Amino acid sequence: MNTDIYNESPVVHQPAFIDGHSVEIPILKILKQDGSIYENAIMPEIDQELATKTYKTLAFHRVLDERMVAAQRQGRISFYMAALGEEAASVGGAAGLKDQDMIMAQYREQGALMFRGFSLENFMNQMFSNEQDLGKGRQMPIHYGSNELNYMTISSPLGTQIPQAAGYAYGQKMQGLDAVTICYFGEGAASEGDFHAGLNMAAVHQSPVIFFCRNNGYAISTPSDEQYMGNGIASRGVGYGMKTLRIDGNDILAVIAAVQLAREYAVKEGKPVLIEAMSYRLGAHSTSDDPSGYRTREEEAKWQEHDPILRMKNWMLAQGWWDEAQETTLFEKLRDEVLAAVKVSEKIDKPPVEDLITDVYDQAPPLLQSQFEQLKEHIKKYPDAYPFTAGRIK
Amino acid sequence: MAQMNLLQAINNALDTVMAENDRAVCFGEDVGHFGGVFRATSGLQDKYGKNRCFNTPLVEQGVIGFANGLAAQGSTPIAEIQFADYIFPAFDQIVNESAKFRYRSGNEFDVGKLTIRTPYGGGIAGGLYHSQSPEAYFAHTPGLKVVVPRNPYQAKGLLLASIRDDNPVVFFEPKRLYRASVGEVPEEDYQLPLGKAEVVQQGSDITLLAWGAQMEIVEKAAELASADGISCEIIDLRTILPWDIETVANSVTKTGRFVVSQEAPLTAGFASEIAATIQQECFLHLEAPIARVCGMDTPYPLALEKEYVADHLKIYEAIKNSMTY
Repeated sequence: MNTDIYNESPVVHQPAFIDGHSVEIPILKILKQDGSIYENAIMPEIDQELATKTYKTLAFHRVLDERMVAAQRQGRISFYMAALGEEAASVGGAAGLKDQDMIMAQYREQGALMFRGFSLENFMNQMFSNEQDLGKGRQMPIHYGSNELNYMTISSPLGTQIPQAAGYAYGQKMQGLDAVTICYFGEGAASEGDFHAGLNMAAVHQSPVIFFCRNNGYAISTPSDEQYMGNGIASRGVGYGMKTLRIDGNDILAVIAAVQLAREYAVKEGKPVLIEAMSYRLGAHSTSDDPSGYRTREEEAKWQEHDPILRMKNWMLAQGWWDEAQETTLFEKLRDEVLAAVKVSEKIDKPPVEDLITDVYDQAPPLLQSQFEQLKEHIKKYPDAYPFTAGRIK
Repeated sequence: MAQMNLLQAINNALDTVMAENDRAVCFGEDVGHFGGVFRATSGLQDKYGKNRCFNTPLVEQGVIGFANGLAAQGSTPIAEIQFADYIFPAFDQIVNESAKFRYRSGNEFDVGKLTIRTPYGGGIAGGLYHSQSPEAYFAHTPGLKVVVPRNPYQAKGLLLASIRDDNPVVFFEPKRLYRASVGEVPEEDYQLPLGKAEVVQQGSDITLLAWGAQMEIVEKAAELASADGISCEIIDLRTILPWDIETVANSVTKTGRFVVSQEAPLTAGFASEIAATIQQECFLHLEAPIARVCGMDTPYPLALEKEYVADHLKIYEAIKNSMTY
């Protein structure tokens, strides 16, 4: 109540501003780039099995991104978005959760879906918009989704998943489930109105959401210092009365530790948490973007030294859980598998023309059905103009 | 049966759903303890608890975003936007999210359990920002259903159907009639069909079509016409999207004359869509041009509201013009 603030705030008698940067926010680091652990660091719960699964997922992520950017350059797919340099944020996030937790991502968090076990074929079929795509060929590449794996289908409009996560998690809590929702977004999307809407709704209604901001320095070409003036995104958590944590987003152990801690708190207290992971988008925004127009190679080179995958590899080697021979074999195998999967998926048919009208509603209304009948007659009249569907019309 | 006004009928429908479905949740600005600024959710928090009927912060995009998430999770959110004039901050969540949730995911996820209730329309001296009828904006969005009741009986039956329908529904409530419209409403559970218009008065000379609060204006115009010996067939569209072309086209085929009236401004209103479809369906049966009697193409006025609105006299004139064309 504002009465409490009125009565309980410390009283001053000369006007004095509070500085916009007066909240000091530490950054959690556990793993050094050379693979050693910082002194006094508290490790996340991680054994060899989880570590190996996490590392293999990171490797798969890097290979898939490399190959699919190349496939786009060859004209085989229309569009791609890589997560080069910030893979730890999504993969580590999923590694810190349980399978029943909902993941509501922005678009650069395919790593979380990889961790959950979305198959290579599923990724490919989505990117090639073919008839085996779970999304029925309706969205541009990388807009994945899977009900089975609790990964909400990606939506292009930025930030819309943020208030939705507040509602989704509220429902989980109402049902008494041992489940939370993690909600990913970038520092650019945090400028959207839906960010304020979502964090405030989650805080007020006590939804068990982990808001996970990937602060990767750029929103397409706009650097973060043209995006906000405060102390990153984490400072806003304080304003919403929310538990907040800033971490090194390229430190997979820090990511897992933060998400494990946040999950425990969110389930136990039934309240949201904000995590800000500091990272860097080493790649372009998408295959339609060229970063050389707005940043320097020197800047990129500095961040290449913080490669999260190499950092985890160094730790795995130091643990004796990984060796160079395994490394070579894994990457070769992944590259071969991805190439083979491209060749299979690109040959699979486009979705049937019926998929134009299904799922708009639970059942197509009469007017839409009659439009569809007209379309089929039209296609039959000009079959050469509609080669994907003309031969398959019933 | 009980005598209820339109608000009581809405409240009764919400009560019915919350009693049968413990995952039904009502929320919005001032919806909780206070029961909403119009009292549509009155008593629901006391009965079902703060977790299921609550106030939200003042953020429409947050209300609908939250509702989308709840619906995707499998709950049954019934979100209130306090005035339809204030629905626009949530436009993106409704048009880009609610409407496309099922389609874009290939049916992996949907928000079919979502219902958005919002009071709309003029006649309460509300000026620009408490009077608008924005149904056409939503009617342009495949994936939504748009429903408008005309009286308490319709309100309860259509709202229950909207909440239970497996598609997101925007439910516009004619706030001018909240207390003004009183009628017999069954206390038991019942539903009225979505996507179906209703012929409320049989006639032979001309078809009149409207929805929501405009229905009683049209009925008043029909009474004037009746005194002149003109037999009007009156239809309540009830569902704007997807709309019942068949019932309207059958009537116009029979009468040969058609007047459609809406509160919203003329240009690109839903009446225009109806007129285009009906001229295509009934071209050879039409004895006169289709007339649209609508609000003027201005923001909703205050002092000059009486002049602005599509009142019964303007509709009566349109009927006479059509008859003598």
